[in-house]
Amino acid sequence: MKFRIGRHLRSRLHLIWMIISLMIVILLPFILGIGLYIKSTLLLEDKKFGELLFSSDWRPLSGHFGFLTFAISSVWVTVLALLIAGPICLLTAIHLTQYAKNWVLKIMHPVIDILAGIPSVIFGVWGILVIVPFISKVIAPMFGVETSGYTILTGAIVLAVMIIPFVLNILIDVFKMVPDELKEASLSLGASKWQTIKLVLLRKAIPGIISAFGLGVSRAFGETIAVLMVVGNVTKIPSGIFQPGYPLPALIANNYGEMLSIPMYDSALMLAALILFFVVLVFNFLSRVAIVRLEKHTS
Amino acid sequence: MKKRKQIEEKFFRVLMFISTNLIVIILLLIIFSILYKGLPALSWSMISQTPKGGFYFGKEGGILNAIIGSLYLSIGSTLLATAIGLPVALFMNVILVKHKRFIDTIRFFLDLLWGIPSIVYGAFGFTIMIYFGIQTSLLAGIITVTLFIIPIMVRAMDEVLKTVPVGLLETSLSLGSTHSETAFKVFLRQASPGLVTAILLSFGRAIGDAASVLFTTGYTDHIPTSLGQPTATLPLSIFFQLSSPIEEVQERAYASAVVLTVIILVISVLARLYAKRYQKHKINF
Repeated sequence: MKFRIGRHLRSRLHLIWMIISLMIVILLPFILGIGLYIKSTLLLEDKKFGELLFSSDWRPLSGHFGFLTFAISSVWVTVLALLIAGPICLLTAIHLTQYAKNWVLKIMHPVIDILAGIPSVIFGVWGILVIVPFISKVIAPMFGVETSGYTILTGAIVLAVMIIPFVLNILIDVFKMVPDELKEASLSLGASKWQTIKLVLLRKAIPGIISAFGLGVSRAFGETIAVLMVVGNVTKIPSGIFQPGYPLPALIANNYGEMLSIPMYDSALMLAALILFFVVLVFNFLSRVAIVRLEKHTS
Repeated sequence: MKKRKQIEEKFFRVLMFISTNLIVIILLLIIFSILYKGLPALSWSMISQTPKGGFYFGKEGGILNAIIGSLYLSIGSTLLATAIGLPVALFMNVILVKHKRFIDTIRFFLDLLWGIPSIVYGAFGFTIMIYFGIQTSLLAGIITVTLFIIPIMVRAMDEVLKTVPVGLLETSLSLGSTHSETAFKVFLRQASPGLVTAILLSFGRAIGDAASVLFTTGYTDHIPTSLGQPTATLPLSIFFQLSSPIEEVQERAYASAVVLTVIILVISVLARLYAKRYQKHKINF
């Protein structure tokens, strides 16, 4: 009898443990958002959000906190990274799901996994070793520009490489979701394999492709250390891809020490974190919703 | 007309071939450039000593403090994340298995969390620390990194547990086990290889992330002896050494990058081996 009570008590405890853990996981994003919001209210009470976002006046020591420079840098780097990574991922995903032989897949799976697992600081080191000199010695002279190599473009290339494994994995899943019957029907009507890919597979997968890119954007937008290491970090609105930039995450990471003494500064950086959190969440949300829709639609 | 179509297909197939190869080349390029720059600077004293006086001016010492610090931090946070993440994954797949809607919502939630940048966790962890008056410490770092890897871990475990057949759940329940027993004794064992892989994956994330520990763990030349002390980590040690203007210190940053890369590659290989080797203990249906 004693044994049975022990056993059921243990089951009960296990159950409580599971429920508490689940509560932690579910409450986490709310606590995150609320925590950052409370910290940023200090600045928001003083100035309007729109004012802060559309001002490029960043002089924290005299109380001016305009985020425009950083927001524009972030958008530049992110969009450019997607423009580079997007076509590569799309072509590779079609290759791997439609044409590639088994042995190619056997090689590519670990390659994608390892690339996905490389820490961002290593990407940063690689960027400094390879991409920075490549930009300053090869690419920039081609356009007649002189630069140190620490530019928006450098950051975008490094970011593009970082999001490739991520976007590629999602695209592969998306293409696998398109039912074979559709392709077979198209082939049996006399369409060539390429026509089938172009007119059936790609058309069917468009929502999935867009959401894969959306998730890539949210990934790229929040990436910190690797970009920070190669992008130059100059507080000036970039006017071209060969200019240095200063994205939002880099702003937060670079100033964490000095912000402590000034409450407003602290508040401004937390607002930057909140903006990041919010933008990433929105992109993530829309993309995931689209993927779930696609899953329902095809199955 | 027909010819144009064929040329088009040829053209795109060449592009596909190039971009697939490009990805492999990039990976090799990353690994080789790190090894090429870092290996010459790597020495035994680098990985067996803590920084001595003048280390940051290119004098004697090593990065043992960062290696040990990173291991403490990532082992601690992986254990803590497993303690929270494993029950969640089990709960979803054993107890909630009948409530499809609810599971889908939790999954959706986790996917949302998955993408939140680590710098946001870092900033959040920092505000919490300030609020409670805690200083930068190993403990603060462990908690922040735990929050950051939980969604990754739960989602990976969930993918594994999803594949456990419903038959096993029904059999276990019909033999009189409780739901909890089924979760912790049957599902845990059946899915263990995949779960270990998920844990290793999260460990890799924890050891490689810099942005979340930047605010919370601090940096020190000593190996921490308690949870309350600041702790050096490998990614930050690479980052700090690389921003030095002195060449010897930069060389060491490359050597430290080799150490981190090797750790990550070893984890990745271990995860693969483990997943393969223990496959045979699974009950097949």
